[in-house]
Amino acid sequence: MNCYLGIDIGSISTKGVVIDEDNKIICSLYIWTEGSPINSVKKLVSELKKKIPSGYVVKGIGTTGSARKLIGLMMDANVVKNEITAHAVGTLSVNPNVHTILEIGGQDSKIIIIRDGVIVDYAMNTLCAAGTGSFLSSQAKRLDIPIEEFGKLALSSKNPAKIAARCTVFAESDLIHKAQVGYSKEDIVAGLCKSIVLNYLNNVGKGKKIIEPVVFQGGVSKNLGVLKYFKEVLGCDVTVDPNSHLMGALGIAILSHKNSDGRVYDLDIKDIEFKTVGNECGGCSNNCEILRIFKDKKLVDTWGSMCGKY
Amino acid sequence: MKLSKVGFPHIGNYYVPATYLFSNILHSDIVSAPHISQKTIELGVKYSPSFVCTPFKYTLGTLLEVIEKGADCVVQLGGGCRYGYYHELQRTIISDLGYDVKFINLVIAGKASVFRVYRELRRIDKHFRRFKSLYYLFITMKMVKYMDLIDDYIREYVGFEVNDGEMEKLNESMLKEFSGVKGYFDLKRVYKKYNSLIRKVKVDIPRNVTKVGIIGELYTIMEPFSNYFIEKSLASFNMSIKRYTNASYLMMGKGKFIKKNIKKYSKYVKYRMGADATDNIIRAVDMCRDGFDGIIHIKSSFCTPEIGSMGIINKVCCDYNVPVLFFSFDSNTSRVGLQTRLEAFNDMIEMRKK
Repeated sequence: MNCYLGIDIGSISTKGVVIDEDNKIICSLYIWTEGSPINSVKKLVSELKKKIPSGYVVKGIGTTGSARKLIGLMMDANVVKNEITAHAVGTLSVNPNVHTILEIGGQDSKIIIIRDGVIVDYAMNTLCAAGTGSFLSSQAKRLDIPIEEFGKLALSSKNPAKIAARCTVFAESDLIHKAQVGYSKEDIVAGLCKSIVLNYLNNVGKGKKIIEPVVFQGGVSKNLGVLKYFKEVLGCDVTVDPNSHLMGALGIAILSHKNSDGRVYDLDIKDIEFKTVGNECGGCSNNCEILRIFKDKKLVDTWGSMCGKY
Repeated sequence: MKLSKVGFPHIGNYYVPATYLFSNILHSDIVSAPHISQKTIELGVKYSPSFVCTPFKYTLGTLLEVIEKGADCVVQLGGGCRYGYYHELQRTIISDLGYDVKFINLVIAGKASVFRVYRELRRIDKHFRRFKSLYYLFITMKMVKYMDLIDDYIREYVGFEVNDGEMEKLNESMLKEFSGVKGYFDLKRVYKKYNSLIRKVKVDIPRNVTKVGIIGELYTIMEPFSNYFIEKSLASFNMSIKRYTNASYLMMGKGKFIKKNIKKYSKYVKYRMGADATDNIIRAVDMCRDGFDGIIHIKSSFCTPEIGSMGIINKVCCDYNVPVLFFSFDSNTSRVGLQTRLEAFNDMIEMRKK
């Protein structure tokens, strides 16, 4: 039987999903990227390989997320697509009636507006990481709360503190100030969750018509506190799929299924040596950062030149 | 008296007609800046206030580069927004850096009076060719017009080229010939030659062409380096691109265009909003009505008139159900993020068409 692998390599976590011919998830995995997409993908693939039941043949690989190009090259993927499209396709396969997708990941947050199963509009945060997962996890670490407990703690608050959330730096100073004047931890955590929602709606969701059904996904969707304040502020129901953190990987697996060319993929990449060497060109005053990608000491691709010299 | 060496800020390929004009009416040497590069913007950022709009940084960078190359007189213009202050502020910054440079401003707040231009040109060269200057001004205007016509054609069809890069090569050699034309008829001959050559370049146009319009703040959309070569990226998705803002429009058509249209579009815009904001709203409505598949609005960070227009453009596009993408470019925008958004934009348009 055929199966298809979708890999979503984000800034914080790496997600892998294997689907069958009917786009149903056979197995999935969610691990931390830990700053090294190549190693985390190697780990992800070797573990997924063990999980795939015998009899299945991988007929397509798709990559998405911020390291999609590098991993696409490494895995020889047949589809390399941006995460906006992947998320929309993944969500539509699970929830065909969805009208609005709210997504908050590790470094970016986006909103995707869908009408009649077609993306009609989207937005992505541009300059600042305020209100994304990495900010939440760094604050959780600072407050010494395990990230998994963060949302639950927020739910127990009756009086969330008001946090200025325009920018991570100011939000952090405000958080510290609230702690110094004696707010309890759960009030601060709840305030933080609320500020993330407000910040998201003010920055990313600005000018977009948010219509039910609304789906919330990305790593942060697992945070019950943020979910609660989304419901409260939007005044409508917000659904979170049990696989909400895997939607990007699912979407890219589906796209890889659609574009499959019948090639059989080998998941044995553990021993492949993959290396990127970066240097400045110096050929003109642009000083482009040239990235050379080596696979088993053989140059496979060069990126980053503006003039096309490489 | 020793004649000064003249330099000026660059934008897109318009340095060709500008160099042509100045070198024909002044006796001075013209110092032309190197192509805008990472070094230009680094220089500009280093000496600019950080919250000034990005074109200020680019133009300051170019001015510093021409001064380094030996220019001791620089020409700047002033538009109707913060652009009007560029001249004064750049003069102060450059003199604070210890350069002894003459600053000439030919246009103040978007208005050029003949007497003022005359007076300022005399400051560069007392004996500049007064009578010839009108003739050369005419040729330069025509040259800009021809460049824009060719550019419009290229923008529309470059995405469907069979052999990549042919049009760009032809355009480059045309500009080279333009800079050496002897008179109006010579210019016209060169234009006709390249016009037919470019139209002969093989293109493979699909039946259902994706048409995208680009609007926004003038410097950032006209200088490809400052918009991270967005037109090239779009062309690589096989899109046909339309852009109304170009030098000939800004010099000749703008005033009339707004006067003629502002009443017709009063549903969206009633007053002039400064700089290009009004035109961009009108253009957005036009493009929506003309069945464009998407609109991309580009501005430099901190561009106030365009910030005002963005909300209205968003409403226009909502009313006509046309997707719109907003970009705000600064000196440290990530190219990867830009690529992700453009790819998604392309996917979205393709999905909508199906």
